[in-house]
Amino acid sequence: MLGCIDRSPWIVHYNCNSCNGCDIELLACLTPLYDLERFGVLHVGNPKHADILVVTGSVNHRNARVLKNVYDQMPGPKMVVAMGACSATGGIFADCYNVLGGIEKVVPVDVWIPGCPPKPEAIIDGMVKAVGIWKSNPAFQAQGGAARISLTRRPPAAPVQPAAAPQPQQQPQPKEGSPDGRQSS
Amino acid sequence: MSTMNQLLIALFAVVLAPAVGALLQGIDRRINARMQSRVGPPLLQPVYDVLKLLGKEGVILNRTQVLYAWIHLAFLMLATVLLVLGQDMIMALLVVAVSTIALILGGMCVRSPYSRIGSSREIMQMLSYEPILVLLVIGIFMTNGSFMARDITLAGKPLLLTLPLIFLAFLLVTAIKLKKSPFDLATSHHGHQEIVKGITIEYAGPYLAILEVAHWYETALVFLVLAAFWATNWVVGIALAIIAFVIEILFDNLCARLTYQWMLVHMWTVGLGLSVTNLIWLYWK
Repeated sequence: MLGCIDRSPWIVHYNCNSCNGCDIELLACLTPLYDLERFGVLHVGNPKHADILVVTGSVNHRNARVLKNVYDQMPGPKMVVAMGACSATGGIFADCYNVLGGIEKVVPVDVWIPGCPPKPEAIIDGMVKAVGIWKSNPAFQAQGGAARISLTRRPPAAPVQPAAAPQPQQQPQPKEGSPDGRQSS
Repeated sequence: MSTMNQLLIALFAVVLAPAVGALLQGIDRRINARMQSRVGPPLLQPVYDVLKLLGKEGVILNRTQVLYAWIHLAFLMLATVLLVLGQDMIMALLVVAVSTIALILGGMCVRSPYSRIGSSREIMQMLSYEPILVLLVIGIFMTNGSFMARDITLAGKPLLLTLPLIFLAFLLVTAIKLKKSPFDLATSHHGHQEIVKGITIEYAGPYLAILEVAHWYETALVFLVLAAFWATNWVVGIALAIIAFVIEILFDNLCARLTYQWMLVHMWTVGLGLSVTNLIWLYWK
């Protein structure tokens, strides 16, 4: 079933703190000249229908919560594309007092598209790479490609542990909404 | 017709209708793209979309929502079977109405403003086109003297010649049913994002796929009714339906979306006016 994901990746676009340059470029990709729809890409505007979250702009204290919320509302499997310099590192706004930096601080990123703003060709390439990453994911292939991956909406019940018990050394988990064995960086 | 035969025909219709609907939607998106001088998605794009949705994680807000989606699909299937088996058209009309009501209730049973706006607009759409559909069935009755779909060729001449104005009114209904501009109100289906997918906003993954498949059935049903306007010769009928489809797509590209007040007023004046005029003409002929 999910084998078709590279044939119909639907995107939702969230503008974090962007100057709008990247947003205009993204929308330009949907116009007749570049026509992303010929790859089945639709701009759905609704996180619950989307497969790819495209984020432009850097994260600040106000929108980190919103970005996380949009990401959590997407049903898995989902990919995140950080578009432009700001969403990668904070870009030109990195030194602002309120800016946290790239969106990686809030959600796990699969593909970074460099540029300020990126070229439309680079954007198309990024979308193709995002679905490619999902298709080549070992966890995905191990499940035969038809696994129904489940996201927990509520936090998992924490076992009550005796205070004195030594905590096992834990890897820092990626964000709660990455059930697909995504490589956390 | 034996019962076995009827069962086979019903099964055939249930399998064939979504295939036809999916293909029609693929062609629709293709023609749309060409009208905007784009290449457009592959012909089987609706199928790819649904297959992908079936594999995705399902997110819902409550169980009732899913039940309503299934009712929506099941009743559309039932309406298809009723029409293909030549049953009562009033019954088929009411079955389609129940399926639409299930969709509305599915949108209303969640606490999501966009979903509720979409649902209330869907109610307005129903209010706009249901009277025209009833008048269409009455017009068919006045031509053939029978409400049964199997008697559609009883008068010996195509319905289009006796119901030309009702056909025009039905084109307006088709635009609503196929979610085309200027009547694309309840779902903001084709690329518009005014109410971010409206009535379907809270369905995700496989549950959205149910609604998409239901829309295939809906498309096939509309196509069938359009073709039935020339039921004496189905080749001409299908050609007629294809022409009507292209007209719908053309108007989809020409028009911006309008408000539901505009839709209601014009469907009740222009649409109903055309239908009633046609009926009066039939009565006095």
